[in-house]
Amino acid sequence: MLTLANLMAILPLIIVAATAIVVMLGIAWQRYHAATAIVSAAGLVLALLSMPLASAAQSSPPLMIMDGLAIMGSVLVLLCALVTVALSHHYLAGYIGPREEFYLLLLCAVTGALGLVASNHLATLFISLELLSMPLYGMLAYSYRAERSLEAGIKYLILSAAATAFLLFGMALVYARTGSLDLVGLATELVTSPDVWSLAGAVLMLVGLGFKLSIVPFHLWTPDVYQGGPAPATIFLATVSKLAVFVVVVRLMMTAPVFDSDWLRVLITVLALLTMLGGNLLALFQQNLKRLLGYSSIAHFGYLLVAIVVGGTLAAETVGVYLVTYLIATLAAFGVVTQLSSPFGGEDAAGLHHYRGLFWRRPWLAAVMTVSFLSLAGIPLTAGFIGKFYVLVLGVSDGRWWLVGGIVAGSAIGLFYYLRVMVTLYLPEPGMRRMDAPNDWGNRIGGLTLLVVAVLVLMLGVYPTPMIDWVAELPMIGF
Amino acid sequence: MILVWLILIPFIGGLLCWQAERWSHQAPRWIALGTMLFVLVISVVVWLTGDFAPASANSSQWLLQWRAPWIPRFGVEIHLAMDGLSLVLVALTGFLGLLAVLCSWQEISDRVGFFHLNLLFILGGVVGVFLALDLFLFFLFWEMMLVPMYFLIALWGHSGSAGQTRIRAATRFFIYTQASGLLMLVSIIALVFVHYSNTGELSFGYDTLRGTDVPEPLAFWLMLGFFIAFAVKLPVVPFHGWLPDAHAQAPTAGSVDLAGILLKTAAYGILRFALPLFPEQSAAFAPVAMFLGLVGIIYGAVLACGQQDIKRLIAYTSVSHMGFVLIALYSGSELAIQGAIVLMVAHAFSTAALFILSGQLYERIHSRDMRVMGGLWGRLPVLPGFTLCFVAASLGMPATANFVGEFMILFGTFPGAPMVVVVASIGLVLAAIYSLLLMQRVHFGSEYRSGLLAGPDRREYGIMLVLLVLTLAVGLYPQPLLDTTAAVAGPVAELFTGSAELAVRAGEVN
Repeated sequence: MLTLANLMAILPLIIVAATAIVVMLGIAWQRYHAATAIVSAAGLVLALLSMPLASAAQSSPPLMIMDGLAIMGSVLVLLCALVTVALSHHYLAGYIGPREEFYLLLLCAVTGALGLVASNHLATLFISLELLSMPLYGMLAYSYRAERSLEAGIKYLILSAAATAFLLFGMALVYARTGSLDLVGLATELVTSPDVWSLAGAVLMLVGLGFKLSIVPFHLWTPDVYQGGPAPATIFLATVSKLAVFVVVVRLMMTAPVFDSDWLRVLITVLALLTMLGGNLLALFQQNLKRLLGYSSIAHFGYLLVAIVVGGTLAAETVGVYLVTYLIATLAAFGVVTQLSSPFGGEDAAGLHHYRGLFWRRPWLAAVMTVSFLSLAGIPLTAGFIGKFYVLVLGVSDGRWWLVGGIVAGSAIGLFYYLRVMVTLYLPEPGMRRMDAPNDWGNRIGGLTLLVVAVLVLMLGVYPTPMIDWVAELPMIGF
Repeated sequence: MILVWLILIPFIGGLLCWQAERWSHQAPRWIALGTMLFVLVISVVVWLTGDFAPASANSSQWLLQWRAPWIPRFGVEIHLAMDGLSLVLVALTGFLGLLAVLCSWQEISDRVGFFHLNLLFILGGVVGVFLALDLFLFFLFWEMMLVPMYFLIALWGHSGSAGQTRIRAATRFFIYTQASGLLMLVSIIALVFVHYSNTGELSFGYDTLRGTDVPEPLAFWLMLGFFIAFAVKLPVVPFHGWLPDAHAQAPTAGSVDLAGILLKTAAYGILRFALPLFPEQSAAFAPVAMFLGLVGIIYGAVLACGQQDIKRLIAYTSVSHMGFVLIALYSGSELAIQGAIVLMVAHAFSTAALFILSGQLYERIHSRDMRVMGGLWGRLPVLPGFTLCFVAASLGMPATANFVGEFMILFGTFPGAPMVVVVASIGLVLAAIYSLLLMQRVHFGSEYRSGLLAGPDRREYGIMLVLLVLTLAVGLYPQPLLDTTAAVAGPVAELFTGSAELAVRAGEVN
């Protein structure tokens, strides 16, 4: 039965959903861009403020759970969404056509993501995942007059639907074998050695979720969708969506013993190696920054899979730290793309040539970009290094030398394209410049957010203890 | 606290330089000059006041220490410490930093502020490497100094004949060193976890990890991880691919820093970390390392003879000289290790001088190609004379510091490995050949063009004179330098003999 205490646990989710309704009614009454953005941001802030209440709640509603993993996931989802809203406002200012619905879609997707990280039952898992994905189709195809955006939306829709079919089939197989859909039930039913059917179910579910995380060989959609979608939608896809799905994968692996079999571990090891190397190799000669970041995110989730392979408390901590470092670096990198592309004027400024000599025009923007790329490359004194350090520690402490070798090789390859982008920022300016950020970008709310994120990348690189403490103190597995 | 300031001052100075460009073009140069002078003065004061007697039972090994907790989750501390060796190298960094600022006074004319930011960040990182005693911190500085070096080469470097070669050279430098650095990080982490499973204490501290009992096949691999990271930077021959390009394309200040101090970080790393952490494995590995050193000496010298580009020639001579250092470090003889330290200092002076001279030549004739030089002795006042002096130093002429270093290395290594010394001596002959070749092709012979070139101004004259005086001073009276570092070389040499004795004793027991 639902009680008030139960509802407290999902208070953030309720607040975000309510904000979505308010925004919808507001749009129906009168269109006003700035107010919509402010209401959305206020709703997200309110949800963030209610997080302490939610984590203090004694019990969770049925089908859901508010353990450390869910709390960490929710906080990160809300923060990323907030940054996305801040960056979207200026970006959409120049869009011809309805602007306000973007926030509505975004809030719906955030609701889905919040449900996903807290789901404790295959039904909630599935519904939340769809609630996260459906608005994303709309967001990606939002500037539907641009051919690439439409292409991105439709491509994501079709491939995502196929992946969903895999996921459902896998769930059906597991259900047929065990007769229960909640994760705890699954865990107890599957204690005995897993048979072919439950393994097949697990693998199919992995395919479905691996698609959303763009694990090689399910990564083919990533570069096209990253390139085509409007920058804020891509940010959302690269951060919130991937983060929420990864949290669910972690939860599945840690709860259900079927995912614990050695055979599956070997499979995931191979996938992790393929993903790290594949993502980095494919990025090598990219000329389009958004595609490049897409491939880079593939590689980063390859590193993260190490945590799935190893498992245990340290792995949960690694997931938390690595996700934080990946998210802030990605937000900063895409944030610069958004700043340069806004206000919306057709295609985003994604070609590398747009960034040539940026440092001599917009030194601070180029500095933000440099910091974020250094962090993605895992260079010391940025947050990315702490993340990479954690993954290496995890691999070494468990003696997974293949994965450690993969990380080292992947990082070395990755440097090539990260450096290529960074040096482009500082090269002498060419005569032509088509895209530029407005002069007062730093005074706008989006620009300020971007600077804060960049400072965070540096601060967590120099003094990571607060982040580590925060992640380490969350009781990760509440089962 | 002095140690913290030694690291922080260059970083703060760098940021100031960046912003100072708004005021005037010259401001960053003066700020950078002041910053490096500050570092140099601090280290000289510490030198004059310090006590470098070998550590006795009640006194610490370290002259100065500073520690503070940093990442308690992994037992990482900010632990800085200085002994004679670090002091010498920090002072060297300050001095060469000063030269690097001075020699780019005319050469760098655009983006002056950002240039000096990168230059000072490199120097700050190098000082950090020399002072860090926590392995995590050491690795951090080790990797951190690569980024500004990358920008220095990629943005202010000379383009070679074909388009984008300076960016390619910079990228290659970065990837070589970063990838090998990650191998070292893996080794560090593995060492920490072996120590953790032995004692239950998670720590990256140098003193804590020394003497960790690592099971055998693993220990060898970990030692190799450290060795490869340092071998790439030194460079040891199969890993030297980045060096000639990086040196040739870098601006003069970059070459001075690279040859003068960045290469020394590798020798320092071997001396401070690779040998003491894995004494037995290193002793077993010593023949291989010495062989690689020999290959480096001969290979570097032979290739130097065939270069057309003056900076590439000097770069290859570095490979050759570092081969001597590598042999000395693995010889297990106190005399040879002290010789290696002297040679490191001497090489920093002579190579920096040669790079600065070739930079000054470039400013006058706009080429580094020796085919378009020749007969400069008649056309250019003063500088050819200086070149002759430093070429003589580079080939190890008595009375120069290089002679002292090479002589001590060969003398110290001989009792343990006579064959190595015999082969290494061939390198000395080759050194004479490439040095004279350089002199002949640049300054003598028929004049390629006629017309008098501008002589050195007071700044250039001063740089050369100071370097010359230092080279001769160390060459004629090396005792102060030897006294400062004596306390370091002894224990490292004992590690080898100690582990050899242990092996003998183990054999007797069996």
